[in-house]
Amino acid sequence: MIDNHLPILQILLPLVAAPLCLLLRHRVVVTALAIAVTWVTFAVSVALMATVLQQGPISYELGGWPPPWGIEYRVDILSAFVLVLVSGIGAVVATWSPASISVELPRYERHYLFYCAYLLCLTGLLGITITGDMFNVFVFLEISALSSYVLISMGQDRRALTAAYSYLIMGTLGATFILIGIGLLYIMTGTLNMADLALRLQDVADTRTVIVAFAFLIVGVSLKMALFPLHLWLPNAYAYAPSAVTAFLAATATKVAVYLLLRFFFTVFGYDFSFDRMQLWIVLMPLALIGILTASLVAVFQNNIKRMLAYSSVAQIGYMVLGISFASVSGLTGGVVHLFNHGLMKCTLFLAMGCIVYRCGSVHIDEMRGLGRRMPWTMAAFVAGGLSLIGVPMTVGFISKWFLVKAALEQGLWPVAGVILFSSLLAVVYIWRVIEVAYFEEPLAVDGQGPVREAPLSMLIPMWVLVAAIFYFGVTTELTAGIAQQAAASLLGVVP
Amino acid sequence: MSPSTAIYAAVALPLVGAALVVSLRRWPNLREAASLITGGALFGVVLSLLPHVQSGARPEAQVVEVMSGLWLAFKVEPLGMLFALVASGLWIVTTTYSIGYMRGQHEVDQTRFYAWFAIAISAAMGVAMAANLLTLFTFYELLTLSTYPLVTHHRTEKAMRAGRVYLGILLGTSIGFLLLAIIWTYYLAGTLDFRPGGILAGTADNWVIVVLLALFAFGTGKAALMPFHRWLPAAMVAPTPVSALLHAVAVVKAGVFSIMKIVVYIFGIELLHDTGLSIWLMYAAAFTIIAASLVALTKDNLKARLAYSTISQLSYIVLGAAMATSAGVLGGSMHIAMHAFGKITLFFCAGAIYVVAHKTDISDMRGIGRTMPITMTAFFIGALSIIGLPPMGGAWSKWFLALGALEAEKAIFVAVLMISSLLNVAYLMPIVARAFFVAPAEPAPGDDDFAGAPQGTVLGANGGSSIKEAPVFCLVALCATAAGCLALFFFADDLYQLLTPIVNP
Amino acid sequence: MMETIGLYNYWVVIVLMMTGFYIVVARDNLIKKVIGLSIFQTSVFLLFISVGKVEGGTAPIIADGFEVYSNPLPGVLILTAIVVGVATTAVALGLVVRINEEYGTIEETEIHRQDVEA
Repeated sequence: MIDNHLPILQILLPLVAAPLCLLLRHRVVVTALAIAVTWVTFAVSVALMATVLQQGPISYELGGWPPPWGIEYRVDILSAFVLVLVSGIGAVVATWSPASISVELPRYERHYLFYCAYLLCLTGLLGITITGDMFNVFVFLEISALSSYVLISMGQDRRALTAAYSYLIMGTLGATFILIGIGLLYIMTGTLNMADLALRLQDVADTRTVIVAFAFLIVGVSLKMALFPLHLWLPNAYAYAPSAVTAFLAATATKVAVYLLLRFFFTVFGYDFSFDRMQLWIVLMPLALIGILTASLVAVFQNNIKRMLAYSSVAQIGYMVLGISFASVSGLTGGVVHLFNHGLMKCTLFLAMGCIVYRCGSVHIDEMRGLGRRMPWTMAAFVAGGLSLIGVPMTVGFISKWFLVKAALEQGLWPVAGVILFSSLLAVVYIWRVIEVAYFEEPLAVDGQGPVREAPLSMLIPMWVLVAAIFYFGVTTELTAGIAQQAAASLLGVVP
Repeated sequence: MSPSTAIYAAVALPLVGAALVVSLRRWPNLREAASLITGGALFGVVLSLLPHVQSGARPEAQVVEVMSGLWLAFKVEPLGMLFALVASGLWIVTTTYSIGYMRGQHEVDQTRFYAWFAIAISAAMGVAMAANLLTLFTFYELLTLSTYPLVTHHRTEKAMRAGRVYLGILLGTSIGFLLLAIIWTYYLAGTLDFRPGGILAGTADNWVIVVLLALFAFGTGKAALMPFHRWLPAAMVAPTPVSALLHAVAVVKAGVFSIMKIVVYIFGIELLHDTGLSIWLMYAAAFTIIAASLVALTKDNLKARLAYSTISQLSYIVLGAAMATSAGVLGGSMHIAMHAFGKITLFFCAGAIYVVAHKTDISDMRGIGRTMPITMTAFFIGALSIIGLPPMGGAWSKWFLALGALEAEKAIFVAVLMISSLLNVAYLMPIVARAFFVAPAEPAPGDDDFAGAPQGTVLGANGGSSIKEAPVFCLVALCATAAGCLALFFFADDLYQLLTPIVNP
Repeated sequence: MMETIGLYNYWVVIVLMMTGFYIVVARDNLIKKVIGLSIFQTSVFLLFISVGKVEGGTAPIIADGFEVYSNPLPGVLILTAIVVGVATTAVALGLVVRINEEYGTIEETEIHRQDVEA
């Protein structure tokens, strides 16, 4: 019985828990509730994944109205994959967060507000992924966006406020662009259900309205996923948000936007329209390549390490979009698997930053002197995430690079393969700057509060769960690359 | 122990050793005992695989399927067997030496040193036994990363800069070229397995083969083919045991071993021989042989001179591979072992001199042979082997390489080998001559060079008359490897028999 | 010609959209940016509602004598979108208030100057 309602449970659990946080208010209770709910949500998504793998896509009719009239929740292998990533990261970060926010949110003693916004954001991201209805996408997009503005503005630095504000402006513009695109598609077809839209669009594909809708959706989604050059909101937002928020958003928000890109241009418009007729790759590939190179270069010169990692995220988005722009099975596999893998490693890196903020109060590169000895486990996790970012074998980053380079070579685009590998070397440079400071320099003299100690276990354990995942999925990829390959094949409509 | 268990054990044992070392960090004697015992056990395990390989079996172990069709897997063939034997055998010797050296030098963080050392050996075992390029690449990178903490062991500004060069070149070439070549190979051939006869024949145009060979040859930065050789001199800031085992044996040999293996099992000797596509690589290697020898002549720092000598000698092996003839490949492969014993001896001696006399520059080593006769005799033996004179092992590999050059109908490379031997004489023999036949410099009164020496007996006022040798652990080690140089000359046939199957499958 | 005029509400949509967008991009004052954003969103609401209107149609309540109904769905959608828009404006204004508390100004260049100096 409950099995049939898993799709709605996926959304309902965090959605109901969010206002409960406001009602309960007690710090410990709210924290426990948030952690419990996120883990149950994760379990639900795993169950959904298992169901999809066994029985194929699930269609859930909201309120019993059959599509295309009612809202349909549709879980196929791609959305199940993203659901697992988002809810998994949500659970790990929630478990990690209590110690961190108790330090980073001194002015917000009412932590229930944090968890309320956090759960709402999770709801929104999961909703975008699970729904099969275009307008519903917009609604969930705004739910996640509004709550993430609030979360970002909770940062200690006052620049968090301006960062949240500019994210709000850019995010709203992006969402409205998407809404315009949806509206134009509705004008032409009279339907909002994605599957139905895909069918009906074929008759009207040549009209100018559809092409304009296509353009609006590209710009809107690109804004949301911070594709170069629309990434300007991202570095500040990630740098000044509370560490838990950065870790959560970096691993999920842009990934869900990439998911939307796939949904819109492969499921709704279809490969033939997007890539054959509209030649979407002409837009995506150069932007992705320039983004990879410039963002990696800029990252090298950042002294705030959270900001450095944020620029690195922009570059990594480039990798995903690059993979998608190949529009081949290996390219899409690379893009999708990198979506998952990058979520794991960037979350690990930002959690490590969070531990450092917890102990040192800042992530300026000077603060990290000698931390290799002071906080060995935290720095080891950072090194693990960093190696993965570089793409060292046996880490998840290697798997992503493998597929992307393979896809580039398949298309005969060996200069693109060169760019991918070259930017890995830039990653060596910016990761190693931190490693050299942390392991070679003497620790800063601490003024009167004793030497910096290792972060508490409540933070280390969730972080090391992710480190273990980085290595596990770096060695055996049946669950990541295997699923990504199936997802890619189904997006392209070919038999794997 | 079944062969596949032995393979797992060979990779896992050093890791266990590393864990033991860390857990015994409070008891230095037990810690070093753990290192030695692990080394002995590892050598035993590797040795247990030898009869299987000699009898023609190829023990296998498949660990995990990383991507569909791509396994992390091991398979021991003669070349890998040889490399594994050399690396694990010399690890025991080096550990013995390290005990003397590290304690004699009062080095810091010795636990970290021994732990990373063991991890590096594990990576070297993985490289030796890799069944496909993916596995090889994995352990190759692991080897780079696990030796980084050893290179930068002293954590000084200088060490950090050297570490940058080290990582920059090794990671840069491996990610930039080698990985590209591997994925390209996979795309062309649909597999990455090492197979007798190669996997690339008939899959690509000639120009693609040339480009791939270039990517592989330069991508394997550990082979120190010029212009990607700068990391090796940089790595000399490490404590001497690291230079000795890793930067004369495990790491650099992993590089040339990879090239050899790629030539034999990925390209296939026939493909390269028939098309002549590797001729340019012969010239590149010949250039490195001569140029590095010339640079070595100009170096006054002993370790730097040895480093450039290594660069030159490594290219012998690359040259042998590029010849793509059976004698060339055999000669190159034998040189892996021959050079290993010769060069490790030289490094051991350099370290011993540093421990006892705190001398690093050759010009200061006048008369050192009178105070350290055993050390310098060993040095002499190692030098002879590097030069390639009988009765040292190095003679055989040069013999086969010359034969291979003739087989490839490229007599010019015989000349290259001769010139290089002469250059070897020119940069190694003066050290020996200076040590034995030139009177030592009078130490200035109050010169605390010798007073600060931690080991050995007190010297007389004129310094030259009394014997003051290296710590006994060091002496044992360097005598053992010097004896090895000699022994290899007489047991070269066993080596030949072991390796023949790789060219006559 | 008649067609162009007949589509006048779409022209209004475009004018409003561009006006709003211009304000967001060009204004320095954070409140004005929020206003621009609202205008921008409103134009999209108009777009949806225009779509739903059927010439001569009535409210979609089935009753005798009425054959033509307007499409109710866009209206419903826009109700949701308006709620979202209000929420966005509220959050934006909240942020502006906090920014004013922290920086003592709501001019973007001035805030930027303070950040650079800090």
